[in-house]
Amino acid sequence: MNRAPHILTLVVNGQPHAIPDCPPGRRLSEILRGDLGLTGTKSGCDAGDCGACTVLLDDAPVCACLTPAIRAEGARVETVEGLSAAGMSKLQTAFLRHGAAQCGICTPGMLVAAEALLRRVPQPTPAEVEDALSGVLCRCTGYAKIIAAVCDAGGGKAPLATGTVGAPIARLDGGPKVLGTEIFGADQVPEGALTTRAIRAPHPHAGFAFGDLAAWLAGHPSARHVFTAADLPGENRFGVIPAFADQPALAETTARFQGEAVAVVAGSAALADADLSDFPVEWTPLAPITDLDAARTGDRLHPERLGNALIAGLVTCGQVEQALAAAVHRVSGHLTTSHVEHAYIEPEAGAAWLEGETLVIQACTQAPHMDREETAKILGLPPNRVRIIPAAAGGGFGSKLDLSLQPLIGLVALKTGQPARMVYTRAESMASTTKRHPGTMSAEIGADAEGRLVGMRFEGDFDTGAYASWGPTVAVRVPVHASGPYKIPAYHARAEALHTHNPPAGAFRGFGVPQAAALQETLLDELAAASGLDPLEFRLKNALRDGDRTVCGQELYGVGIRACLDALRDPWAKALAAAEEANIGPGPRRRGVGIASCWYGCGNTALPNPSTIRIGVTPQGRVRLHQGAIDIGQGSNTVIAQIAAEALGLPVGCLDLVGPDTALTPDCGKTSASRQTVVTGNAALAAGRALRAQILRHANAGEGAELSLTGAVLRIEAPSGEVREIDLAALPRDPHGFVLCAEETWDPPTQALDAQGQGAPYAVYGYGAQIAELEVDTALGTTRVRRITAAHDLGRVINPVLAEGQIEGGIAQGLGMALMEEYVPGRTANLHDYLIPTIGDMPEIRSILLEVPDPIGPYGAKGLGEHVLIPTAPAILNAIRHATGARITRLPALPHRVLAALAEVDRAARKGETASR
Amino acid sequence: MRRCRGNETLVSYHRPETLKDALDWLAGAGERARIAAGCTDLFPATERPSLPGPILDITAIPELREITRTAQGWRFGATATWTDLVRADLPPAFDGLKAAAREVGSIQIQNAGTLAGNLCNASPAADGVPGWLTLDAMVELAGAEGRRTLPLTAFLTGPRQTALAPGEIMTAITVPEASASGQGAFVKLGARSYLVISIAMAAVRLRVEAGQIAEAALSIGACSAVACRLPVAEARLLGQPVEAAVRLLADEVIAGDLSPISDVRGDAAYRLAAAPELLRRAVAKVIPLREVA
Repeated sequence: MNRAPHILTLVVNGQPHAIPDCPPGRRLSEILRGDLGLTGTKSGCDAGDCGACTVLLDDAPVCACLTPAIRAEGARVETVEGLSAAGMSKLQTAFLRHGAAQCGICTPGMLVAAEALLRRVPQPTPAEVEDALSGVLCRCTGYAKIIAAVCDAGGGKAPLATGTVGAPIARLDGGPKVLGTEIFGADQVPEGALTTRAIRAPHPHAGFAFGDLAAWLAGHPSARHVFTAADLPGENRFGVIPAFADQPALAETTARFQGEAVAVVAGSAALADADLSDFPVEWTPLAPITDLDAARTGDRLHPERLGNALIAGLVTCGQVEQALAAAVHRVSGHLTTSHVEHAYIEPEAGAAWLEGETLVIQACTQAPHMDREETAKILGLPPNRVRIIPAAAGGGFGSKLDLSLQPLIGLVALKTGQPARMVYTRAESMASTTKRHPGTMSAEIGADAEGRLVGMRFEGDFDTGAYASWGPTVAVRVPVHASGPYKIPAYHARAEALHTHNPPAGAFRGFGVPQAAALQETLLDELAAASGLDPLEFRLKNALRDGDRTVCGQELYGVGIRACLDALRDPWAKALAAAEEANIGPGPRRRGVGIASCWYGCGNTALPNPSTIRIGVTPQGRVRLHQGAIDIGQGSNTVIAQIAAEALGLPVGCLDLVGPDTALTPDCGKTSASRQTVVTGNAALAAGRALRAQILRHANAGEGAELSLTGAVLRIEAPSGEVREIDLAALPRDPHGFVLCAEETWDPPTQALDAQGQGAPYAVYGYGAQIAELEVDTALGTTRVRRITAAHDLGRVINPVLAEGQIEGGIAQGLGMALMEEYVPGRTANLHDYLIPTIGDMPEIRSILLEVPDPIGPYGAKGLGEHVLIPTAPAILNAIRHATGARITRLPALPHRVLAALAEVDRAARKGETASR
Repeated sequence: MRRCRGNETLVSYHRPETLKDALDWLAGAGERARIAAGCTDLFPATERPSLPGPILDITAIPELREITRTAQGWRFGATATWTDLVRADLPPAFDGLKAAAREVGSIQIQNAGTLAGNLCNASPAADGVPGWLTLDAMVELAGAEGRRTLPLTAFLTGPRQTALAPGEIMTAITVPEASASGQGAFVKLGARSYLVISIAMAAVRLRVEAGQIAEAALSIGACSAVACRLPVAEARLLGQPVEAAVRLLADEVIAGDLSPISDVRGDAAYRLAAAPELLRRAVAKVIPLREVA
């Protein structure tokens, strides 16, 4: 029988639904999200690669994106919404308790896959959980807490809801993430919103001209509007660093990378199904520059940039040539790294609409105030006519700092007066958004007879792609950090960012520092060997101490690297012994152990980056925290609240979070550079203390008083036992509606770098070191990481569960960068050709949280978000060499590269034998 | 309730309940028509919310999903899923195929993806093919003219190319009784643990009698345009003591039958080096279980 067009009858979570005129071959995910409004089921790839859309079909997990709607007829369909039919389930509670949800975008898929397992196996082992959840990718957590939560799903303990600084409270924004009710960019569909799609360049470099757009529109009923660069009312140029802004929202006459948008089409919902391949644009392919050598000599992408050089950064101190010449031990080497894709599970998405004169954009972002400035500029609006309401971000890791669809949907809404929405496809997201900079680096390091570092030289060229994005930041951060957390008296490091016709490379967790550390930390192992010292002891010998000066000449205090290395001494000895024992036997699998350190400055490099926090008390007796720091999963909604509550002297449970929203929250800057805990945290600390001071003044009480809130009564009890009460309802209200309110700004004190790179680029640094234990299959070149022991100095641990989550997730990304992640423009446009670690690739992770207080950070706290992935790749490379002798010079260390490096070791050994005969 | 609809997809999706109906529809559907089973390859090939073009959905035809023992051997319905295969009670000769089934994509994919779809998609890296090759699998194709059977080796004609004629539907995969003997094994090599397209893979089936190899079926996938059997290596093993099997499979005995390419997953030289090792490991998995009838 022919089932076309018919009424689809579905039973979802026990509820019958009839969907008229349903194409039988529509993705079930589209029906669930679009027709039934069950947006808890997430679409991450539409290809079965990520599993975010996992639902149960008669108890069996399937990808809803791969299921034709008609197959669900007569079946029981269960989604994440069904799990909480009788209130939050034990499994969901366990996710909260264990911190298993970070950004929350994979959480529904994980929960549904886990539910299927738990129905079969109520008390699963970790191995059973891995098997059952292996079809769902997570980019934030490193999977460990998800496994722990599923194994503990039977436990009935409630998550910890309140506590002071240092308490492992469950994330305050976690409820909607585990219930599937969180609103991400694709989950917000304004009534009557125009579906918006982009026309993108199919070539890395091409001139183009449009044909008859009006005629094309007339032939495509679902398409109602086409807009091109000519329709942009403002300045068609954006960039996160204003001085380097060079990227058009829509290319004008030439596309400079494959996937660059040249036009947008807006129309009815049916536009999503339309074939746009006949869009009238004629391409004239031009020769692309795809590597750094060609960049220096090729035609300029931007006429003002000679040799396609965007910028170079330099840090130099001492006499490096003399120091290296005089060194007793000297090593040198080079390393090339690949484009790395952020691969958050949420492709970019959002909606725009007009509220009176104001253009409102609700989309994924890490930087709402920057979005507002740039979108306003492109659309020719004053900034106060643009309001950015950040949707929950389904992962960011740096790429959602840059504009993506904001100006495109903004343009459609502005021009048509109608709401507009846009959801990037996975391919579109991977082609058009920023990447980690590929680096081509060389370095030389020398030590004296005692194994003390005497000099280091570093050169790095970074492919910044077609546009500037964060290239300048990478070029400046790399030379500042390429020394590692060590005392090096003579140093010369230079990094340059060069343009090619590759995708723009921007911010990705660490801004180039992970690439540089992968070379510097592996060379340090060679130097340790040359010096006859154990790699850990060698690092300890050279690690920075309080009062030491960095290669920038900055005097440091609160230096935690020695504490990290000290904490690893015992695990290091045990790991070495275990590897040695395992290697006694024959066979192709060889164990190895490697160590690497990191340091990382928190906040902008020697540039202002203030955060402002407002906190107020309502007449009803609630405390509202205007928290503008975007929580992309890393936990600022919880950490900033914990700091504010501690400073104020009231429990976190008294706080209601407001924002982020450019109309409601003061600017807390961008979520990048590991700055939120330090910078916004200090603003929250100051605001909390200021509010407390106001309250105490009001009550004429001393500093030691204890505050409590009961209804609209604020009670102040002095140490003497004397009690005063403030009737909040009786107090006058300020324009924000508060009866008591404080607003404080904090900007890290830094000192600009001079021409030699000397200065004080950051107010606060964080430190860490990791040990990787792994096994290399020397016949196949495959590497299995068995355990990572990670010691990180946080200064002060604000929330240990969230901190561990950052470490585990950062290690997952570091492991991916080390072993499997290689984005090839135009070739790896999906999550089955571009590989990120699955639940089965993650080793056991042992986190050691250390507290060496920082003199400036809030309660001594330091940043952590980026530090955590920096040591992982070099620790793995050092362990591969320890296991096999193989020196990897190109990341990722895919099996074929490892096997080739092993063959090189054999060749060298044979040559050695021949020579010694 | 909002309705968001494409136009062309409304009239072009057919889901019959009998094979005859399916064949009749296909005969009149034109060249653009595509056969949908698990949809784990069809949906990833489009970014649209609905499957485009005329679609013949064969998953409502009950007989096509059965796995049965026949007088001639074993018969696997075209739309049986990988999960169906894993759960089927099959002799040890199928252990390699079952191991491959457990490594297809993820559980979600195994619950949807079908045995025939994997073959008709004809990827050089299809996880099922080496295992089927060691079982001397035949495919059964139905068309307006009736049914025909082909050896799998004749069905797969190149990367993404098969001998499926217009108007034909693969209805089953069969394994002759004689080939359902011995012990099977499978080893897959990818750059990560799950959800991974093979860089290379090996499947073996050995029948051992009185300590000697009485039958050897060896296959390598993702190292040639179509996964292949290894006649030279198989001949080398026949009649040899089982203990010698791994030693006899030297690289050069295997490499001659392979013609790998370089791609994002690995280069050709690597595949040539890794494939023999995978094969030896697959054989080694079988050896402790020798004397299996």
